Amino acid sequence: MAVNFGTRRIVVGAHYGLRDWLGQRVTAALMAIFTAVVLVQILTTRGELGYARWAGIFATQWMKVLTFIVIVALLYHVWVGIRDIWMDYVKPVAVRLTLQVFSIAWLVGCAGWAVQVLWRL
Amino acid sequence: MTELDTPTRAKRPQFRNINALSDLPRYRLPLAGVVSILHRISGALMFLLLPFIIWMFDMSVSSEISFARFTRAFEGSGGWLLKLVVLALIWAYLHHLIAGLRHLRMDMSHAAVSKESGRRSAAVTLVLSIALTLVLGAKLFALY
Repeated sequence: MAVNFGTRRIVVGAHYGLRDWLGQRVTAALMAIFTAVVLVQILTTRGELGYARWAGIFATQWMKVLTFIVIVALLYHVWVGIRDIWMDYVKPVAVRLTLQVFSIAWLVGCAGWAVQVLWRL
Repeated sequence: MTELDTPTRAKRPQFRNINALSDLPRYRLPLAGVVSILHRISGALMFLLLPFIIWMFDMSVSSEISFARFTRAFEGSGGWLLKLVVLALIWAYLHHLIAGLRHLRMDMSHAAVSKESGRRSAAVTLVLSIALTLVLGAKLFALY
């Protein structure tokens, strides 16, 4: 049996971790469903999709909540993906850490902005 | 990375350079490999353009006036550039979604992870994503 527990546990390497692997899948499935939900709403509008109909899709409370969930899901999904990219190609730790911090700041900022837009409706 | 079984074992050879300019371009990537690296590239592209995506959402959804400005931006003098960027985003999203669904299928089906099945599903992914990109792109560029 491999000695791979306690202090000898291997904690490095790309794509390490069940939580992030599963989290990426679950958030992906959720976002795929959300895409279908939005698509159905767009495709079942009779006539032109003007401002009223478009903003109307995101104005209902249930749609705001669903979109919010998707924004949070996207945040986590993208973080895992981008972290994997840095982990694969950037070996110097200081550079990688800096990029990771900027990536998180970038993502959190985007999420905050999107939520702000959503709740202005 | 493994721990050594015996301290007197010969050191393994280490390959540090990826020979990016001399060897990498000469490898023949299988179809599944093409889908895979494009999956990563499409994800990274969407990550970089995320503020732009949110800006488009903001403009389109905030008010009648901003919506009008948003649609007019596609008609103006720089409209073609905007449309090209949106086309790239359409491709990125379609490829990432379809390749992602392929991943989920491979997670759930033992039959899906054979070499032949991987090649076939990779071909389907590329055909479907490029075809849908062309269809939506044609709509974007007002070809129908």
